[in-house]
Amino acid sequence: MTTDRVTTDRVTTETKVELSINGRRHVVGVEPRHTLGDVLREQLGLTGTHLGCEHGVCGACTVLVDGEPTRSCLVFAVQMDQTEITTIEGLAAADGTLHPVQEAFSACHGLQCGFCTPGFVLTAVHLLATNPAPDRATIRRELSGNLCRCTGYVGIISAVERAAVERAAVERAAVERAVTNAAAVAASAADEPSSPRH
Amino acid sequence: MKSAPFDYHRATSVDDAVAVLTASDGEAKVIAGGQSLVPLLSMRMAQPTVLVDLNGLAELRSDRPTVTDGRARFGSMTRHAQLAIQTHHGLAAEMAGWIGHTAIRTRGTLGGSLAHADPNAECPALALACDAALSVQGADGVRTIPAAEFFAGMLQTALADDEILTVIDLAVPRRWGFAELARRHGDFALVLATVTELADGWRVVVGGVEGTPVRLADAEAALSSDASTDEVGRTVEESIVAYDDLHATSRYRRAMAAELVRRAVDQARRTQGEAS
Repeated sequence: MTTDRVTTDRVTTETKVELSINGRRHVVGVEPRHTLGDVLREQLGLTGTHLGCEHGVCGACTVLVDGEPTRSCLVFAVQMDQTEITTIEGLAAADGTLHPVQEAFSACHGLQCGFCTPGFVLTAVHLLATNPAPDRATIRRELSGNLCRCTGYVGIISAVERAAVERAAVERAAVERAVTNAAAVAASAADEPSSPRH
Repeated sequence: MKSAPFDYHRATSVDDAVAVLTASDGEAKVIAGGQSLVPLLSMRMAQPTVLVDLNGLAELRSDRPTVTDGRARFGSMTRHAQLAIQTHHGLAAEMAGWIGHTAIRTRGTLGGSLAHADPNAECPALALACDAALSVQGADGVRTIPAAEFFAGMLQTALADDEILTVIDLAVPRRWGFAELARRHGDFALVLATVTELADGWRVVVGGVEGTPVRLADAEAALSSDASTDEVGRTVEESIVAYDDLHATSRYRRAMAAELVRRAVDQARRTQGEAS
């Protein structure tokens, strides 16, 4: 279904697109000239995505499209039909518990005014998903597409490093728990008298 | 910073895209990755009436190139991120890693960068350095344009309004070297240089000094006669005419071109062959 909308001097067609945003399905009618960033903010009210330079330089508007970091100012929403999009609003748990990367940014003073933060956090989430233990030089390189005018970057790099370390610790604890549980199960199985077979 | 209105057409095939381009009489624009085009639209430096989107065309994508007889063929919608991780063309992988940032490389494409023809970009220099044969499809059918004839000037190519770049066929160099100078990681190059050994000899290509990437015949001759790295560098400085702009003077560009060629020559001479 398309509807015509009169813009300045030309009639352009509004097109329906289906987007899955932070796990929720949205069907929206979009004007072709509107970027994904415009539609997220203005039509869906997801104002956590910040539009800074609007020409791909600052990285503030970075979101994940099908898991990959993408400048939401450099793609049109009409191109995004049937994609899965993660914005900054999709990271914290339903009860408000912050994502480990968000928590680390808070702990390490990885933000001041906060304008660039959503882009940094989503870029860092993707980095840690593809490289769980990056060194500081790698973190710096991978975040070089995001500009911050407040922090001087040192806190941001530390935050990503801390998130990587904590994530590794959580995973190690989970493995240890699993090993302990398995040992307990094996021990209790050994204690039980074997049941007679039919 | 909002694009002027346009109609959007998601192409269902290359034929379909060509039909829309032909019907629009030069007023349509093809969008591939859009990482250079969308800013131009937003700043209204380009105001097409129709945008023809190639992103749905599986026929233009290639996860890995087709490799035959020392040449690698890539679909024009190959993303920079894919180019950077493929292992069939080492120079293409190295150069793709220098393009923009992760969030740009996930979207930007080889064909789009060539069609945009920014002289400071990596892909045009790659095409010239590897004797690219560029397949294009238009209303009159398919033709192949050699890289040497494709770049017509700053942001200008031999592509007609109704033509789409479909396949990029690159020679796989036996040995290669690449060096780039940019103010910040991910920026367009101020100057970049490639040195490639192809079946018919050495090629020395420099980008960022003129409106298109340039081949340096004198440096190639010096390299073929086993001149020292410094001698090759000297011929570079003598043979190019670089432009001045707010980023760098002509003299600085010439000096950097010579230094980058020296580094690329050293790298090429150190490496083992890929194709043979």
